[in-house]
Amino acid sequence: MALLGRTANGLFWMFRYIERAENMARLVDAGMRISLTNLSDEADEWQSILVSAGVEAAYRAKYDDFDVEHVLDFMLCDRDNPSSVRASIDIARTNGRMVRTALTRELWETVNDSWLAIQQRLGKRITTRELPAVVDLVKRQSALMRGAFHSTMLRNEIFDFCNLGAFIERADNTARILDVKYWLLLPEHSQVGSALDNFQWVSILRSVSAHRAYAWEYDGEFRAVNIIDFLMLNRRMPRSLAFSYGMIEDSLKFLDRNYDTNHPCRQTASAINKRLTDLTVREIIDGGLHEFLEQFVMDNNRLAQEIGQNYRFYPGA
Amino acid sequence: MTPFDEMLLGEDHVREPYQRFFEWFREQDAEGLGAKAAEAEAFFRRTGITFNVYGQEEAAERLIPFDLVPRIMAKAEWDRLAEGIEQRVIALNAFLDDIYHDREIVKAGKVPARLIEGNEAYLPQMQGFRPPGGVYTHIIGTDIVRVAEDEFYVLEDNARTPSGVSYMIENRETMMQMFPELFAQNRVRPVETYPHHLRRSLAAVAPPACAGTPTIAVLTPGIYNSAYFEHAFLADQMGVELIEGSDVSEIDGRIHMRTTEGYKPVDVIYRRVDDAFLDPKMFNPSSVLGIPGIMEVYKNGGITIANAPGTGISDDKAIYSYMPEIVEFYTGEKAKLQNVPTHRCAEDDSLAYVLEHLHELVVKEVHGSGGYGMLVGPAATKEERERFAAKLKERPGNYIAQPTLALSTVPILVDGGLAPRHVDLRPFVLVSDKVRIIPGGLTRVALKEGSLVVNSSQGGGTKDTWVLRD
Repeated sequence: MALLGRTANGLFWMFRYIERAENMARLVDAGMRISLTNLSDEADEWQSILVSAGVEAAYRAKYDDFDVEHVLDFMLCDRDNPSSVRASIDIARTNGRMVRTALTRELWETVNDSWLAIQQRLGKRITTRELPAVVDLVKRQSALMRGAFHSTMLRNEIFDFCNLGAFIERADNTARILDVKYWLLLPEHSQVGSALDNFQWVSILRSVSAHRAYAWEYDGEFRAVNIIDFLMLNRRMPRSLAFSYGMIEDSLKFLDRNYDTNHPCRQTASAINKRLTDLTVREIIDGGLHEFLEQFVMDNNRLAQEIGQNYRFYPGA
Repeated sequence: MTPFDEMLLGEDHVREPYQRFFEWFREQDAEGLGAKAAEAEAFFRRTGITFNVYGQEEAAERLIPFDLVPRIMAKAEWDRLAEGIEQRVIALNAFLDDIYHDREIVKAGKVPARLIEGNEAYLPQMQGFRPPGGVYTHIIGTDIVRVAEDEFYVLEDNARTPSGVSYMIENRETMMQMFPELFAQNRVRPVETYPHHLRRSLAAVAPPACAGTPTIAVLTPGIYNSAYFEHAFLADQMGVELIEGSDVSEIDGRIHMRTTEGYKPVDVIYRRVDDAFLDPKMFNPSSVLGIPGIMEVYKNGGITIANAPGTGISDDKAIYSYMPEIVEFYTGEKAKLQNVPTHRCAEDDSLAYVLEHLHELVVKEVHGSGGYGMLVGPAATKEERERFAAKLKERPGNYIAQPTLALSTVPILVDGGLAPRHVDLRPFVLVSDKVRIIPGGLTRVALKEGSLVVNSSQGGGTKDTWVLRD
């Protein structure tokens, strides 16, 4: 059966927003931990969290300070912030409703259930005391949605468009997190190796739920090259850029094979993936980590647009 | 006068179709049933079976309350109804064909010409056109009420885009999940085959341009429409695409949908978009819900639209009062299902009568739906009646009036056990190469004690409706 372009678009964004909701919750969690240590300037920390989330300008339009209550409200509950956890789940579910016919009953019901649970929990302001339970709820609901997705959906083009949304969003998120703290990872800085820096690195890893996994992969020593390698190039790390692009390229290949096409978006994805394969950490640092990440975020966005064009997500295509 | 109760005739006489259920019910404890009711609500909320209420932002999605006590009909009762319904939908289609062609019925003096030409629901664009298969109204929901053992009335023929069929199916699904033992004890005819019948029925009226297996799609106004859940549900159950206006374009005289692989032709569209919004080129030019150019494609045999545009002329409340004549004119038989006696306020004598008897009549707007523009005389205050009388005098042609019927009751589950509440019934009928009637339908129930308004937008609920096999 043919798949409508609008449906493919809905699937793509549904999964981008499911992914985004979880990323937001995790970023807030990481920010909270840093601010609790009192090692650094709290306002700075929250600001960099907001920048990582890509919502700093919107936040500043609403608040003059970086009061923890305001930040929590803005990133978790605020419907005016389209990337807040609550708004993200709302958009994910609205898209799910739109593409209801493409989803299994299990997946739709899980999404609807998660939406109900999260709407209810985030309907009022969250205090710092409640935060751990809230973050936990969001992570658990995300896991349920992903589980229903992986265990009940047919591996056809519907699956691939969902997958593309999830990994485009994830790659964007990981790249932003790294970019906000890139200066911490530069050689002149990492030689200092102070306790503060270690803690910052742990917080970066924590924001992608990978501080334990890092210890397994790299013997527990925090070295800039290892952290960059882990989050960017390690193909065993499910939130790394390379892992995300492996999934993206696979999905685009499946789609091309399925439709017997050869779309430009796959070539774009292959080129990005190849760069993540060929380059070493050293080369990335020498070429400028910040520049690399900036370019990556732009390329990732461009790929998302290209996918939309090639698969006729919008009218007029 | 006590209304006719379909379960209990007096204190301890249980009517035949309910006997097994009643025995079962007596063995249940109130607490257990209360828990089941909560379970049912959770089930509906989780599956997202909601309807949207316009203009209420916070409660944008609401559940239609579901009552656990089924409405049960014996085989003989149903068979009689089904016969009457079949006769009626055949007559409706014949009437539409006649209206859009030679108007023999007007020439014969059975229906006044002014009710056709001057009617908003009449579409001059359809004049002289016969849709594929000669079918105009493919999907009908005939609203029926009962007042006594053998007395049924048709309240309305919903011949445009009747909704509610998804509730019929989900209500059954819920009952089967919660009380499987009831279905082992009672032989209930299935309703879940409806989507299958709908698909076959639509495929059987493919347009001349269709080559091979017809491609079917459901056209929805989108996720903010009050019946969106149903649109998605039907598309899903039929295994066809759910499309919006922005998904399709007219290309080379056919309607094509934009897919990830390019444009693909569609043969049959089950549209849940009103006539006025269907084709901005021909009707409301500001519509973004429709498909520009679809009417021309339709008239050239490139697509089937179900229901056909312009079918509203047959379920118009002003036309309704002529249904006995219409049925007889086209079938040559007396109508098997009765009409509610109807006063046409456009006629002077009737208007005078209606104004004098407002306290005992139900007055309805000719083009209204959803129970908003109506007056239930006996339940209204004197002031409300006076206000309505003024509206009536101003535009009498806009209204019809009917006696307040003592609608039958079926018990619902309340804290203290069973309590009678008024019900109506909407069976769903498919017309195509043949007439397919799904045994059962949607029973709507007024949850407020004594209330006669069963509309979901005004506090009505629903029940599973059983037709027994024997």
